[in-house]
Amino acid sequence: MTAPTGITRATLLKDLRLEWRSKDAINSMLFFSLLVVVVFSFSFDPTAEESRQIAGGLIWVAFLFAAVVALNQTWAREIRNQVLDAYRVSPAPANSLFVAKTVGNFIFVSVLEALMTPLFIAFYHLRTLGPVWQLLLIAVLGTWALVVNGTFFAAISLRTRSREIMLPLLLFPISIPAILAMVQSTTAILNGEGAHFYIVLLATYDLVFTTVCLLLFETILNAE
Amino acid sequence: MSNNGYLFAAYAATWIIHIVYLGTIVSRYSRLKREIEDLKKPGVRS
Amino acid sequence: MKTVFPILGVLTAILLSYALYEALVAAPTEQTMGDVQRIFYYHVPSAWTAFILFFVNFGASVFYLTKRRPAADIVALVSAEVGVVFCTVVLVTGPIWARPVWGIWWAPGDIRLTSTLVLWLIYVSYLVLRRFSSSGQTPTLAAALAVLGALCVPFVYFSIWFFRTQHPQPVMGGGGSIDPRMLHVLLINWLAFSCFAFLVCWSRYRLERLQREVDQAHALESLLEPRRSAR
Repeated sequence: MTAPTGITRATLLKDLRLEWRSKDAINSMLFFSLLVVVVFSFSFDPTAEESRQIAGGLIWVAFLFAAVVALNQTWAREIRNQVLDAYRVSPAPANSLFVAKTVGNFIFVSVLEALMTPLFIAFYHLRTLGPVWQLLLIAVLGTWALVVNGTFFAAISLRTRSREIMLPLLLFPISIPAILAMVQSTTAILNGEGAHFYIVLLATYDLVFTTVCLLLFETILNAE
Repeated sequence: MSNNGYLFAAYAATWIIHIVYLGTIVSRYSRLKREIEDLKKPGVRS
Repeated sequence: MKTVFPILGVLTAILLSYALYEALVAAPTEQTMGDVQRIFYYHVPSAWTAFILFFVNFGASVFYLTKRRPAADIVALVSAEVGVVFCTVVLVTGPIWARPVWGIWWAPGDIRLTSTLVLWLIYVSYLVLRRFSSSGQTPTLAAALAVLGALCVPFVYFSIWFFRTQHPQPVMGGGGSIDPRMLHVLLINWLAFSCFAFLVCWSRYRLERLQREVDQAHALESLLEPRRSAR
């Protein structure tokens, strides 16, 4: 058990270190997130009361776009340096690579979300009526749902024409139940209502899709 | 009475969709047949 | 094989005509909605057929991932395509039915139409992936996507179901018990459309088999005679 987790940790740390040094992806994503929040604030200009109704949807759509931008560059570095081919011939289990990439993406997108949230709160005068810890739980579960499927579909999109458009095209339909749950539960908690069903749904969704992606990743990595 | 217009529209739409799809199958099939004829001719490039 | 197809074709055409007659003439008129309700006899069988085809796609994809038979890949492709066609019919007849009955074309919480829409989106994305990926890897990648898509279906259903309890919506026709004469007409139409779907799938399967053989012949040609090749 140590070997796979060692590889995972090594790959993850390498990605984080590379990103920290170059700040390539994070800077562009940050600016993109800021732009999204500002554009939304001009498009939807609600009162504080109304904003609680629509903020859930707006925030998650913004997070979704930011996630797609992050996911699209997941494998870019690997492609540039033929790392994937090296990985295919090495005895390292493919799952370690997948877990490392997914956790790396999760960290990137979480940082983005952490930076966009205060902006949203400011622009929309948001104040939650429900418990904040539940909002955090939904953020974690929801982000994981987007990232685990997104990393998987990013790997699939590598072998297609129009790679960048292929990722959202594949990701969005399958993520619809998760997105519905994220948006509705966020709105519910902002308005002081319960969201237990959606939280359980999200957790189950995460469990099922993480398992299946782990099972299938090796197959798609080695497809021809 | 205009409700029957909707009924007609629904049934017509159903068959239009199916016929269009069958049409694509038929046209692809005839194109393939032509390609096969070309392949069978010796020394002719398609 | 060559004689079976036309015979089945004629039988199916007869069955479809009979089913149409039953739906438009023989079936009793519904009390509240009137004749518009007869859309039901086309809308529901199309939905059932689409769901069955998508289930076949799931089975074929799993079979392909385990056994790697090219025939399974073709079955997966064919069932997804024909399934999308039938699903399109559902999504078109649904709003046409909803408009005169509820006054609106679409209700976001209507669980059947909305989950059908999501299903349609998932399988269209499957077909797009098949179109956009290069031929060697397509079967495997598509099969993986199909498995994920199929697993998504229960989540789609439950999330929209709960959404509907929070946002009450009008219930699409067919809720509750159904008149046995209407059930009879419904089942006849379902049988007719199932036979039709089977024949369409069979044709598409034959087309795909032929297409792949021709592609292989082309590939073999350019391998064996590079001098005479135009490329």
